[in-house]
Amino acid sequence: MVNPTDFIQKQQTHFHRRSLLKMAGLSGLSWLTPLATRLARSAEADQRGKAKSLIVLWLEGAPSQLETFDPHEGTTIAGGSKARKTNVNGISLGDGMQQVAEQMEHISLIRSVTSKEGDHERAIYNAKTGFRPDPTLIHPSIGSVICHQMNQEQDRLVDIPRHISILPSKTPGRGGYLGDQFDAFKVFDPVQPIPDVAARVETKRQLSRLEKLKFADQQFLKNRGNNSIIGESLKSSNLDAAIRLMSSDQLNAFDVSQVSESERAQFGDTPFGRSCLAALRLIETGVRCVEVTLTGWDSHVNNHETQAGRINILDPAYASLIKELKKRDLLDSTMVVCGGEFGRTPWINPLGGRDHWPHGFSIALAGGGIQGGRVIGETDPNPKRESAPKASLKQPHPIEDVHATVFSAMGIEFETELDTPIGRPMKICEGKPVQALLDV
Amino acid sequence: MKDLFFLSLAFGGIAALAFSLTRVEKIAAPKFAKANDLVLADVDLVAEAIDSAFAEDWSAQNLSHADQVNNLLVARRISLGIAGTIPSLAEIREFESQPESEQIDWWVARLLEDRRTSNYLAERLTRALVGVEEGPFLIFRRRRFVSWLSDKLFLNKPYDELVAEILTEEGLWTDAPAVNFYTRTIAQNEESNKPDPVLLAGRTSRAFLGMRIDCLQCHDDFLDTVELGNAEDLRSGTQQDFHSLAAFFSDVESSLLGIRDVKEHQPYEYQLLDEDKASVVVPMVPFHAELDGKESNQRTRLANWVTHQENRPFARAAVNRMWAIMFGRGLINPVDEIPLGGPFPKVLEILTDDFVSHGYDLHRLIRVIGSTQALRLNSAADFTVTPSHENLVAVFPTIRLRPEQVAGAIAQSTSLTTINSGAHITTRLMKFGQQNEFVSRFGDPGEDEFSDRGETVTQRLLMLNGEMVGERLENILNAPSHLASLSPDLDTVVDVIYLTTLTRHPNEEERRQAVSGLSGQDRERRGEEVIDLYWSLLNCAEFRWNH
Repeated sequence: MVNPTDFIQKQQTHFHRRSLLKMAGLSGLSWLTPLATRLARSAEADQRGKAKSLIVLWLEGAPSQLETFDPHEGTTIAGGSKARKTNVNGISLGDGMQQVAEQMEHISLIRSVTSKEGDHERAIYNAKTGFRPDPTLIHPSIGSVICHQMNQEQDRLVDIPRHISILPSKTPGRGGYLGDQFDAFKVFDPVQPIPDVAARVETKRQLSRLEKLKFADQQFLKNRGNNSIIGESLKSSNLDAAIRLMSSDQLNAFDVSQVSESERAQFGDTPFGRSCLAALRLIETGVRCVEVTLTGWDSHVNNHETQAGRINILDPAYASLIKELKKRDLLDSTMVVCGGEFGRTPWINPLGGRDHWPHGFSIALAGGGIQGGRVIGETDPNPKRESAPKASLKQPHPIEDVHATVFSAMGIEFETELDTPIGRPMKICEGKPVQALLDV
Repeated sequence: MKDLFFLSLAFGGIAALAFSLTRVEKIAAPKFAKANDLVLADVDLVAEAIDSAFAEDWSAQNLSHADQVNNLLVARRISLGIAGTIPSLAEIREFESQPESEQIDWWVARLLEDRRTSNYLAERLTRALVGVEEGPFLIFRRRRFVSWLSDKLFLNKPYDELVAEILTEEGLWTDAPAVNFYTRTIAQNEESNKPDPVLLAGRTSRAFLGMRIDCLQCHDDFLDTVELGNAEDLRSGTQQDFHSLAAFFSDVESSLLGIRDVKEHQPYEYQLLDEDKASVVVPMVPFHAELDGKESNQRTRLANWVTHQENRPFARAAVNRMWAIMFGRGLINPVDEIPLGGPFPKVLEILTDDFVSHGYDLHRLIRVIGSTQALRLNSAADFTVTPSHENLVAVFPTIRLRPEQVAGAIAQSTSLTTINSGAHITTRLMKFGQQNEFVSRFGDPGEDEFSDRGETVTQRLLMLNGEMVGERLENILNAPSHLASLSPDLDTVVDVIYLTTLTRHPNEEERRQAVSGLSGQDRERRGEEVIDLYWSLLNCAEFRWNH
């Protein structure tokens, strides 16, 4: 068990380790030649496996594709909503997506995503896991799978949780059958302190508490060393990892007050805007998956007003995120997925709203090997209410194809089967990657 | 005159408030839940038979067994299992004043009379029946279902009648809460207002029959994991079996009047794996076909078959689950995967016999389990503990507590009084609010609450620095802040701290260590020491694990 005094000396240890790594790097110049060869070869090889992290901008409640990523200006179904051109010829976005339109060269769209779930709770599960709810087990969310599958040396250097959910709603990403340790760590508006990481008493008292805890655990473990069933799990208790986390300076990634005023203003002075900025900093620290939630899209009443309000918040944050990732040279290794659990009906209901529509909605992808400025699939500009909704889609993709695309870009073998606790072998993903987004 | 009236009203109000807030607690003796002596003696006989059966198994396998623990720890185990909390200081004092041979019976009787128990058991059983998700909010009320079930458990409604009611009830999800079992499975989209027969078949099988046949929804059993058919002629389960069970639910619909049977019979159609079109599947029970009364109403027919006196899987499933609730793991694990053809531990058969022959009496089942020596076994032993020891209950299993148990224990250990239905409403509300927040951050184990999901760093952080633990320790209305100032005698202080957190007296080394930390301190520093000691005990393994 970590000696309690280690926790205040953590800062120094971390510093030593970093400087040690730097020195190791510099002294390694001699083996550069064979290394360079390898690097050159791998650069020529498959683009797959480029993405290292994932940011999910989760628009809960379901955004209307007709006001965001798939406008059909001038048709009946648009209901008066306008479109705007982007910096990619031939692609238009909803009029409110002003700043995102200027980043279109980095962003690609699948406008023909489908799902079989029209109920929020079930559809959210479906969108986050790529599977429909199953009474026998809980599927892991996409971020949990990524953290489970990607466990390399760099991951062990990250003290803070590698799977984070900022501004979580009731259903943040879960580890499911992979285990609770892959659950997303929930944090709220970055202006608030991160929950549960700060000791509630001053250092001296905290050390005294930890001494008492050590003593209490020793008493309990005295007679239990010979229990072969729980032996290790009793002793190893995540206490050491918890203490390390509490004193890690990687926690600063959550603190957006350290960022310049102008940069913060870029993202928008909203919880969502701040969270996107925090997500960026977390990715820089080595976090694998950050999910940022923006709720309030469920516009059954007053669609245009509701959507416009949400878009106002989304637009600067999303665009700034792409812009900053590009600027810091992180866009190639960071995939950004933006969307909700389904879309909204093409016709306006009597209350001026749009209802649920899983028969052709939009998901936006950028970074991490995604070739920007492309559109996959098309929705019908004049769908007939009576006929089957899916018949009018060009190139439909079930939502699990989005998952497959992400996994493929990250070099994850999603078709291999994992053993689940109920004895049922389960593929990580049952979709197919949308190659047209990944091929150069 | 008016002034006088107003003053008396004001003072009367303040007096009433003061009185209710400072009322001295008295523990009432259990009333109707206390079984009479004949029943108790009878319960003891069954417990003895159980313990003999275990002893036979141990000697057959050449296994050593652990020694016995003191009654106080047994009381803690029972509280955690069926009430989701630990004994309060007042309860411990009262407990210790009972004659030793009667302590556990007294404790079980007391708990069975407490709404906390029925509420907590209802929550645990509800997980298996309708899961934990919020569900379709317009037509599903999980809280109503839980409180309905809690009422039934409190009044000790026979389990077979309870299940029959769940399967056959009609009405609105608010007025007839049992129907939430059905409405839970209605997907809220415009295409359907019918409860999903496939989901219902899976739930019925898992929750009531202790068998998992969900894989048979899509294909025959090719892994030899599901046994069905007649006892003399067990065979692998087939897709036909699953859908024949689902077919029982084809005549249910949801309307403005709630759940009811349709007027005209609607046949159940399904396209089986090797067929090219859907065909009608008639309702058929998956085993014990001889118990099928073939009533015309499908739900009644199913309910009668499930709860039939000779449908042993039904009784076995209930017994196994209750054992798991009290021990942390079932006699057969996973708890809802009991093979149709056995083998069955002898203890399971003894308890099942007793359960059936006494009218599916859940309170009695709890009493019997509570009277066994098995429940008093130590979780630590001086020999190497292996899975065999645990399977044959030669030691008490050491198992992580569920989040509600941890939350309940934290709340009670830091409280001056017993948090039960007699407690003040603000106390209970505060506990309720903190508990929900805690459980949601801790991570809900979901429907499969008996599987060990491992501990996470987030959970440790929540205990070390979290709001609930911190708040309850720092709040001046709670025990930790009061202890140092209320009791001048340091030995008593330390004793109380250990009793309220770990439900035991401190050993000599612990007492010395703690008292030396408290001695010679000024009042403020002593108060901090007390709180720090509490903190360390709430965070230690002994608190967080059931043992």
